[in-house]
Amino acid sequence: MNNIYDVIVVGGGHAGCEAASACALKNHPTLLITSNLKNIADMPCNPHIGGSAKGIVVREIDALGGIMGKIADKTHLQIKMLNVAKGPAVQALRAQGDKIAYPREMLKYLQSLKNLTIQEGMVEDLIVEDATVKGVILADGTKIYSKIVILTTGTYLKSDILVGNTRTRKGPHGEEPSNHLSDRLKDYGFQIIRLKTGTPQRIERSSIDFSKTKLELGDDTFHTFSFDLNPCYRLEDQVPCYLTYTTAATHQIIRDNLNKSSMYGALDDIKGIGPRYCPSVEDKVVRFADKERHQLFLEPESREYDDIYLQGFSTSMPPEIQEQMVHSLPGLENAKILKYGYAIEYDAIYPTQLTASLETKILHNLFTAGQINGTSGYEEAACQGLMAGINASLKLEDRPPLVLGRNEAYIGVLIDDLITKGIRDPYRLLTSRAEFRLLLRHDNADIRLRKHGYDVGLITEEQITKLHNKLSEISRLKEYMKSTRVKIDGHFQEIFQANNLSLPTTSLSLEQLIKRPEINFKIINQIIEIPFTSDIQEQVEIDLKYEGYIAKAIKEAEKLTKLEKKQIPADINYDLITNLASEARQKLKEVRPTTIAQAIRISGVNPSDIAILSVYLKKEYNQNDN
Amino acid sequence: MEDTICAISTSMGIGAISIIRVSGPDAVNIVNQIFKSSHDLTKVASHTIHYGYIVDGSTSVDEVLVSVMLAPKTFTTEDTVEINCHGGIAPTNKVLELLLSHGCRLADRGEFTKRAFLNGRIDLLEAEAVMDMINAQTDSQRELAMNQITGRVSNLINDLREDLISIISNINVNIDYPEYDDVTVVTNDILLPKVQAFKTKIAHILAESRNGQIIKEGIKTSIIGRPNVGKSSLLNALLDEEKAIVTDIAGTTRDIVEGEISLNGIPLHIIDTAGIRQTEDKVESIGVEKSLKTLANSDLVLLLLNNNEPLSREDEELFKQVSQKNYLVVINKCDLPNKLDISSLSIDPKRLIRMSISQGTGLDDLKNKIIELFNLGSIATADPTYLSNARCIGILENCLHKMEEIEEAIKNNQPIDMLELDIRLVWEDLGRINGTTYEEELLDEMFSRFCLGK
Repeated sequence: MNNIYDVIVVGGGHAGCEAASACALKNHPTLLITSNLKNIADMPCNPHIGGSAKGIVVREIDALGGIMGKIADKTHLQIKMLNVAKGPAVQALRAQGDKIAYPREMLKYLQSLKNLTIQEGMVEDLIVEDATVKGVILADGTKIYSKIVILTTGTYLKSDILVGNTRTRKGPHGEEPSNHLSDRLKDYGFQIIRLKTGTPQRIERSSIDFSKTKLELGDDTFHTFSFDLNPCYRLEDQVPCYLTYTTAATHQIIRDNLNKSSMYGALDDIKGIGPRYCPSVEDKVVRFADKERHQLFLEPESREYDDIYLQGFSTSMPPEIQEQMVHSLPGLENAKILKYGYAIEYDAIYPTQLTASLETKILHNLFTAGQINGTSGYEEAACQGLMAGINASLKLEDRPPLVLGRNEAYIGVLIDDLITKGIRDPYRLLTSRAEFRLLLRHDNADIRLRKHGYDVGLITEEQITKLHNKLSEISRLKEYMKSTRVKIDGHFQEIFQANNLSLPTTSLSLEQLIKRPEINFKIINQIIEIPFTSDIQEQVEIDLKYEGYIAKAIKEAEKLTKLEKKQIPADINYDLITNLASEARQKLKEVRPTTIAQAIRISGVNPSDIAILSVYLKKEYNQNDN
Repeated sequence: MEDTICAISTSMGIGAISIIRVSGPDAVNIVNQIFKSSHDLTKVASHTIHYGYIVDGSTSVDEVLVSVMLAPKTFTTEDTVEINCHGGIAPTNKVLELLLSHGCRLADRGEFTKRAFLNGRIDLLEAEAVMDMINAQTDSQRELAMNQITGRVSNLINDLREDLISIISNINVNIDYPEYDDVTVVTNDILLPKVQAFKTKIAHILAESRNGQIIKEGIKTSIIGRPNVGKSSLLNALLDEEKAIVTDIAGTTRDIVEGEISLNGIPLHIIDTAGIRQTEDKVESIGVEKSLKTLANSDLVLLLLNNNEPLSREDEELFKQVSQKNYLVVINKCDLPNKLDISSLSIDPKRLIRMSISQGTGLDDLKNKIIELFNLGSIATADPTYLSNARCIGILENCLHKMEEIEEAIKNNQPIDMLELDIRLVWEDLGRINGTTYEEELLDEMFSRFCLGK
């Protein structure tokens, strides 16, 4: 039994990489088991990283000491800021990843970690004693022991590839999935659900006539996900994407052949529930019949090969129909399909069976993260992997878990949603899921989270000092803005006229000036050069300009914090609360919320149920506390 | 297990009958133990009435009718028994004592309604309405409360929330799918008319609701004026009874006297205040202080002047105070020679009434002016589906205020996603009206206001 690790991570996808990295960086001997080294940090679906809300998650991962942002910065094909025309709270980065370079860089990084061992193998069972996990059992019967196991198996639990009327037990690249692990989890008492997701065709670049499509370039200014890296790409080297649309002919082909799609009757044994926000093109045509066309993005997958990913065209039609469909698209009349679209069905754990630290309620020392918890998306997976890794390590160190609040991070929103509300379809993080999005911005992820990263031991002295310097620069600039007045002189008037702005009547402070909706630092710098770096200016501009809104958000967040202080005892017996509606009782028993704040968020639990619960708690638990 | 609670549900004192209500799992059992009749209450069908006697051992206490209503189709959704006994304090109290000694607990203030709410039988608005219903004294009040109980007002609020949700969801789709042009992008230009329309809607409901509040709470009217101009006489004339002490010694009314009349079915609460003048008398000066406070809380102020005396400095001072309020100037003693010159006061002629209380002239004029001023003629016929209590109106006023801020922010070119944050707050606030949004403090406050028994 010399193979005792502190942590075994099962699965080398985006969740597994973060989990393994976090544990290893914290000096816990860690074993990462992957079915195939080639699949480390694989991107089997779309090639981009980030996007609305997700881009902010990548920043949060970086702030906490995760790695996704840094690898993406080093390898992307293009990067842009989304929602620039809207307010600062909803801006997010989106990069076009490189499906070869990203996994290669990740593997190189993981192999450089001295406490991490990477091994190929297929895990088919867990070693369990007294409802506590002690290690894993491989397909060949080998037992490997560890103090903690983190399952990050992605779509590989009993995955089936669906194309037309065929169902094949395979992973995304045609490899063997794990056939028994989800059954074993069921035996241990887990509720297992079946989900599905789909992916579109890959097209050979040289067969596309790009003149019929619209060019989509990266930004002409530099961006990085990471707070620690300087941009390491050249603006002009960014690879473009292209935009095209479905046509009336496409829609006709789909309607004529609907019964041949796996999802529309060709297969009658589909149990998996697909993501609502990422419908197949069949779904789009059927559900939005009045839409004349749908957007499709042609996205390069790598600098190192020629496949173009046909974003927005995911389908489970048989290959011959997919040929017709693709050829009906402008620019793709003669396109050569390198890989057909398919749907994949897989097993997942119903996530209300997890605690906020991502440890399961059923088996001690077992953590799960990523698609196994019912989410979709690389970023959603990565951030859960990081949190599972952090909390596994904290548990090994006898320290309390790190649980991020909904008012603190998108990661907090995601995990709370999963464990409180459960899921119906694969969960994608959306800006609209965050009630405090104004506090959870792209630009302030480091201010929000670096301190946590430092406390858990993933952020270095040097990194935290950098943050402290930034914070003091911010307050210095605010002071400067308050104390510096500008006169309405000729120079001032010239700039205002050039920018088509109405002139103020009296001299005013820079603070008053920046608070005007139409003024920004770009204009102020023309009037008077501000002796601070642009990222400090950005922070101060947001803080001052949206002061009122931010103050309101903080006030709302405080209401939540107050309700979060109202703890629900772990041993509460919901059967003793006579007046609860039966649906509410069942949901409360299932989720077992730890606070009133969490209980309010459970769907099916109404305000009157919360009132009853509060009255009961007051009566039964706080009787003597005044 | 919940307690079984009981309380006297009718107002105590004189009355042909009083009703004692018992609710909870043991309701039927407990009443059965003190009820003598040919029927065993534990075996009777739900929603039936039974004749018999309430007994204390072998002594009959009262001849009664007992209604048995079994869960869940009752107000509290629990088993409920109502005992109709003969009015009078002694027998009613005796029955209550018997119930208590057989295992019932005396209900807390508002506990029946609280149970109905907690058991999901009624929503928050309805719970509030139940209290209004109990306190209703006019038909308009009852109708208003009934509308709230049947959920019509809740639906109104839900419709408003639906309006906002469609705006909110569209903006959110724009934020979450910035690269797709499939959905209309909501810009400030598109948003502005929607916000304005919504604002108008709220303002309309609010205006109607204030009427509702008038129906329910009446018009707080205070009478002010220098000592001995006839304030108490006016009050008495309106009330048609000798409530306030009327003498011709200035300063007789040392406290605030209240009375109530009904004007077109709307209650008018009239308050006679101590004459306001500079005074050395301690008792009287407390009265004067109170009068000024009353003035501040009034919906309508009647300023009384004396036709038979020249305008004094104090009159001018008083007019200055009331002119900030909804006022009427009443010139009394018009039967006596005119010595009053009001040309220095800029009185709106529509707000001026001449009368002689002692001769009984001008009283109808005054009433008609009040009806006109508060639009009381049309209120009674208006659709009563509106909010009618101060809490709800307060929230709605706050929503209107926020919509005004949003409108302003749109004009100031604030980013759309900032605007959405405020729209969402309005949506949540609306939910607080009918209890869709959870608010803890509210429950405690509400239930402490409910009268015992219902």
